[in-house]
Amino acid sequence: MSTASTDTAMISTVSRARKPGLVSRYAADMAFMAFVALLMAFLYVPIWVLIIFSFNDSRTLTWPLSGFTLDWYGTLFSNQDLLAAIGNSFYVATSATILTLIVGIPAAMAINKFQFPGKALFRRLILLPITLPGIVTGISMLNMFRLFGFNLSLETVILGHATALLSVVVTQVYSRLQRLPRSLDEASADLGAKGWQTFLYVTLPNLKTAIIGAALLSFVLSFDEIPVTFFLTGRENTLPMYIYSTMRRGVTPEINAVGTLIVLASLVLIVISVIMSREANRSRQSL
Amino acid sequence: MASIIELNDIRKVYGGVIVGVDHVSMSVEDGEFVTLLGPSGCGKSTLLRMIGGFEQPTAGQIVLAGRDVTYEPPHKRDVNMVFQDYALFPHMTVGENISYGLRMMGLPRSETRSKAVEALDLVGLPEKIDQKPHELSGGQRQRIALARAIVRNPKVLLLDEPLSALDANLREQMQVELKHMHEKVGITFIMVTHDQTEALVMSDRVIVMEKGRVAQDGTPAELYDHPETPYVANFIGTTNFLPARVLSRDGGSVVVEAGGTRIIAEVGGALPEGEHIRIGIRPEKLHFAESGASGPGNTLEGRIEEQIYYGLGMRTVVRLAEGSTVLVDGLLPEAVARTTLPEIGSNVRLSIAPHNVRVFAAEN
Amino acid sequence: MAAFSTRRLSSYMVLGIPIAWIIIFMLVPYGVLLTYSFWVKKYPLFVPAFQFGNYITVFTDPQYLRVLLRTLKISALVSLASLLLAYPFAYFLVFRLKNQSLRVWLYMAVIAPLWVSYLLRAYTWKSILGTQGVLNSFLMSTGITTEPSTIFLYNQSAMVVTLTYIFIPFMVMPIYAALEKIPNNLSEASADLGMGPIRTFLRITLPLSLPGIVAGFTLTFCLSFGDFIAPFLVGGPDGLLVANVIVSQFGAALNWPLGSALSVVMLFIVLAIITASDRLERFGQQGH
Repeated sequence: MSTASTDTAMISTVSRARKPGLVSRYAADMAFMAFVALLMAFLYVPIWVLIIFSFNDSRTLTWPLSGFTLDWYGTLFSNQDLLAAIGNSFYVATSATILTLIVGIPAAMAINKFQFPGKALFRRLILLPITLPGIVTGISMLNMFRLFGFNLSLETVILGHATALLSVVVTQVYSRLQRLPRSLDEASADLGAKGWQTFLYVTLPNLKTAIIGAALLSFVLSFDEIPVTFFLTGRENTLPMYIYSTMRRGVTPEINAVGTLIVLASLVLIVISVIMSREANRSRQSL
Repeated sequence: MASIIELNDIRKVYGGVIVGVDHVSMSVEDGEFVTLLGPSGCGKSTLLRMIGGFEQPTAGQIVLAGRDVTYEPPHKRDVNMVFQDYALFPHMTVGENISYGLRMMGLPRSETRSKAVEALDLVGLPEKIDQKPHELSGGQRQRIALARAIVRNPKVLLLDEPLSALDANLREQMQVELKHMHEKVGITFIMVTHDQTEALVMSDRVIVMEKGRVAQDGTPAELYDHPETPYVANFIGTTNFLPARVLSRDGGSVVVEAGGTRIIAEVGGALPEGEHIRIGIRPEKLHFAESGASGPGNTLEGRIEEQIYYGLGMRTVVRLAEGSTVLVDGLLPEAVARTTLPEIGSNVRLSIAPHNVRVFAAEN
Repeated sequence: MAAFSTRRLSSYMVLGIPIAWIIIFMLVPYGVLLTYSFWVKKYPLFVPAFQFGNYITVFTDPQYLRVLLRTLKISALVSLASLLLAYPFAYFLVFRLKNQSLRVWLYMAVIAPLWVSYLLRAYTWKSILGTQGVLNSFLMSTGITTEPSTIFLYNQSAMVVTLTYIFIPFMVMPIYAALEKIPNNLSEASADLGMGPIRTFLRITLPLSLPGIVAGFTLTFCLSFGDFIAPFLVGGPDGLLVANVIVSQFGAALNWPLGSALSVVMLFIVLAIITASDRLERFGQQGH
């Protein structure tokens, strides 16, 4: 008897209890989703505006659209200054990326592996340009080149970019190094490999995707860089500097056309980097 | 029997203050399976890593097959290691992993492949040669790590907690497999573990370490039956400790007062009368005595406080007349129904043979 | 022992290249920058000296002081706006969104603009907010307004919008990372102990994500602090920031010593913020 009555009591409590806050939870989720949608609009409407007006056949960027044209793209490809600037940007971004890898990979390894006096300062200095506005890097290097009598050129721009981008390479490579178990190096040495063999056959292959990712990002950032370039370039212009000087004259659809092409190129690089990081994830599972 | 490895007075000090390894000397014979056993931080892994060449001792000497290798880097030593996390190269196939050490020896690719196949046969995974480590299970990775180390036919194989990453069932199975592997390949094995069962099951000889020093060095049976210190007695198996006082000596045995009664222990060595000591008794060496009968051994009286059933047997907590408690382990053969055991609260008499009573110095 | 020295040699090489680079391209330039900041402007350029006149100018001349304060204000507003947008977004992604692949896509969608030219992202806002711009013409064509408004462009709010737009990924990344690190069972444990969702958020989630907020704030603040592109494009006359003043000192005004002094001030402000945020993060980590 007594058990039966407790049973019914329990059943009645169960039936009385409702799932708490289901409605409010649903409302909260709806609010969140609306918020995310607005944020996406904030981020992407401007980019679509940029793209759409590159195909609009009016010289001014006004709504409504007046008609479709490819003229703006046509004028781009006959613009010798622009083509030269693109060439310069490729030269600068490629060289700066290679340089920053040559300096950054050993730097990341040093931070990961060695203990040495001044390591904290070393690390802090290398990572400084992440937060340090490019203008400070640009001006301090400008001052130095000036003091030692160097002429400004694309090469000084390359040195500036490599310095500013060092932090990008070091953070990416270092975070991968940290995820690599130290025992891999030891196992390699244990199996008879000398230091350089371990680096070549074990460390480097495991850093591959991180290095490619860092290289891609460095390339994009260098290609796009203004603050450092602004102070360190000589007579030659990179693409962003060229666009920047065009902008002084106001808003024109040609800039939109260049912009659209840049967005397209960025998209390709993003896809590559996503594929890279997927691959990195897959190999990381094995660790 | 020649010794393959000798450690002479090894000392490792970190930062000039913290002592990791403290004046350790030992020698390992060719073909032996020796285990360094101890809790974490006792210096056992440091010792192993110094033999492997990953760390250098602050003082002392390491001799491998008659050659001083104390400061040789790992790649110049004829020893190989199975790492705790296996350290398989994630970007290489199983075959490439195993061939790696052979390629570093300068063997041509054709030869490394056939040797890798042989090594995989040895560990029973020939079909995995072209897979990547992340496609394998934990136990399989363990075997590949083993194959990668022994394929170089080192003078000594080092195993750093090789089974700690495996689950309980697999661990038991691998204990036996590793032991068989040792017999088959005839290489000297030095293993590090904190798991006493693992050490007892697998090794020819166990070196128990405590705070950077060797606490005791002996065969598994010696360590279990004749622990020299309370630390060893407690680290390997369980021991009941009772404070005691020496009453008298008589040839090879000593009479002490402990647990509220007189207990005879068989010991060698001098023990002055009146000395305060401790005795140690293994729970499974204590037996419930038939009521009324007084056997040839020692008898302790007490009351049953708790009974813990653990499948294979029953652990009984008995509070002795004088206040301390002891554990009594008894197997539960089919014939003994649980009901025939004394119930909680009842008074019991426990018997213990004099040769099963160990004598230790008193706690300070 | 021979092996030891070769090992040491290779470590010197690994260390040597980056250390040399840092000395030549960071320490020396900063030293030169500091030196120049004590020099005096004199026709045609400047002459060596050791005096604090440039710094006195920076901190007493109301013209520079006002710009400095304005820059601090704008940077703080940008960081705050980014935080208010980024935190709910990251929170939703980590804790409310069950769909794994949608989460990755949305995260990517916020980070992806970083790969698109910074200059173009600033420019497109100029084209949207201008008097002849997309927003004005859109409002007029829909009949909401009858004539183009000048209120959108060339003011401080235009600058805050643009800089927030540009730097918001730097806020999302660290906050997302911090939230992701919080084990799910912590909020479950909190709920189990009788805390409601809001108190759980305030007492558990928010404090644990503080390091991410600090990191994001530091990044967005410092980056907007040194920007001169957005002010140039959308800022207008009362929207000049410190970086614009520095640019003009190295350009039209041709006062390198004063420009260097301003750069040194900027460098020290950034260093101070980084140090403070390091302390704050470490403090937060000690808290749990």
